Amino acid sequence: MEIATRDAYGKALAKLGEINPDVVVLDADLSKSTKTIEFARKFPERFFNLGVAEANMIGTAAGLATCGKIPFASTFAVFAAGRAYDQIRMCVCYPRTNVKIGATHAGLSVGEDGASHQGNEDIALMRALPNMTVIVPADGIETEKAVFASAEFTGPVYLRLGRPKLPVIFDQTYKFEIGRGVQLRDGEDLTIIACGLMVHEALKASAELEKEGVKARVINMSTVKPVDEKLIIKCARETGAIVTAEEHMVTGGLGDAVAEVAGSNYPVPLKRIGLTGFGESGSPDELLEKYGLTAKSIVKASKEAMRLKR
Amino acid sequence: MSYSENKIRELEEKAKIIRRHIIKMLTIAGSGHPGGSLSAADIMTCLYFSKMRHNPKDPKWQDRDRFIMSKGHACPVVYACLAESGYFPVDELWTLRKIGSRLQGHPDMVKTPGVEMSTGSLGQGLAVGNGMALAARLDRKNYRVYVMLGDGEIEEGEVWEAAMAAAHYKLDNVCAILDHNGLQIDGPNKEVMNPEPLEEKWRAFGWNVINIDGHNIGEILRALDEAETVKGKPTIIIAKTIKGKGVSFMENVVDFHGKAPTPEEGERALKELE
Repeated sequence: MEIATRDAYGKALAKLGEINPDVVVLDADLSKSTKTIEFARKFPERFFNLGVAEANMIGTAAGLATCGKIPFASTFAVFAAGRAYDQIRMCVCYPRTNVKIGATHAGLSVGEDGASHQGNEDIALMRALPNMTVIVPADGIETEKAVFASAEFTGPVYLRLGRPKLPVIFDQTYKFEIGRGVQLRDGEDLTIIACGLMVHEALKASAELEKEGVKARVINMSTVKPVDEKLIIKCARETGAIVTAEEHMVTGGLGDAVAEVAGSNYPVPLKRIGLTGFGESGSPDELLEKYGLTAKSIVKASKEAMRLKR
Repeated sequence: MSYSENKIRELEEKAKIIRRHIIKMLTIAGSGHPGGSLSAADIMTCLYFSKMRHNPKDPKWQDRDRFIMSKGHACPVVYACLAESGYFPVDELWTLRKIGSRLQGHPDMVKTPGVEMSTGSLGQGLAVGNGMALAARLDRKNYRVYVMLGDGEIEEGEVWEAAMAAAHYKLDNVCAILDHNGLQIDGPNKEVMNPEPLEEKWRAFGWNVINIDGHNIGEILRALDEAETVKGKPTIIIAKTIKGKGVSFMENVVDFHGKAPTPEEGERALKELE
């Protein structure tokens, strides 16, 4: 089964709306793409389209939140984190209003729309904000659980979602917890820590490495902030090398979050897979290949990290 | 509703007390924004001591009217009104801008009881007010949302995004008040970025517009009442005001936008406000 995390997000919101009357959804003229349209159709009185005005959408969401509503505000990641950054900082994070931001079309895999629409810096921006929780689900099941967990949690949440269809990794028994990384494959030679779409590549890389006798542990670090420090330290200690992989700039994202924790607590060789510049138009697969967001790159980085082991 | 001369005199006296608090707290703080606090003082007095339903003993009372100071730098006038209302002791006003104080240089809704939204980065309050107004509609509550805007502040694009949205959603429970003192940090609005024609702009955005003298208590009270009777669209009260109003040497002096009075100036100002 394959499902895009944005699709799972739309379905989860529609489900959540049934059990929680306080949930309201806002969009900025992208409800067909962010998939909030499903909620809009079911609960038209609790859906607010703010038009092409992301700043205004976030401010409105903050106002709703102060009155006890649980707003999920959605647009593309590049506009949510970029266009409305100051509103998120001022009206959401600083006063810690209970606003959830559903940022879809994150990363390079937006594809043909090109660099203007590929939000590759959003994790860095959101991670820098005090009081913000940043979640990057790896599949449809985790997305649904993250949506429900976000609604339960009091405080700002940034949910980073993608456009392309992805295989499902988890099943319904999976217990998602904000702030907890999950081990998907065991191994003692090194640890690959990934989030979002790159979790799938990490699993492929681990399988590849196994063929060459290298046992790579794979961690799905869906909560990038607050990152699971205990798990990072444990992996550093037990495997002695780390590779991170994310569909985001190498600066400021998951790789840096992991490096900060490992560097301060248990330094080990660490390689980060991510982007180093703007993308371009192309199919998602072509782009991921061209910009090195692949299992192949992870395998290469894993070997380099292992060579640096003392 | 008509207001007795007594009531108007009472509010005028209250506005004087508010102005005295503003001068004293800014003089002690040694920094802050007197000009736009003084220009808004009469409107704020009418809101907090006549128009708004609020309960200082229960700042989070669900049915309260909401006030957002979108031009957050004018928070001294908000703090003065909150203290006079009883949200916190008047003596706390003298801690403004000091380390550890609940009274931050710009409003902080987490720290200060009675502050409905943290502001300071301009242009954001109206959108937040719209959100509160939409929540009132969902909850079938009849509270009203007041948002004070600065005339320099409305150069921010988000104000117009929110203006469009308030009309689109027919938020007649939103009342914006434009403190139109004509001056901003770099000089007169008309020189920095001409906002005119103001009335036509707001009307074109779908708003009911009421023009008043923002220092005439009777006019302010009547405008706030009239705004409540207009259905199907939001109202903006364009209040012509004088920056630094009430202190002769501050009136219409652009430098007092963001400069606190010296101790001597503070003393002179307080004498004028006796």
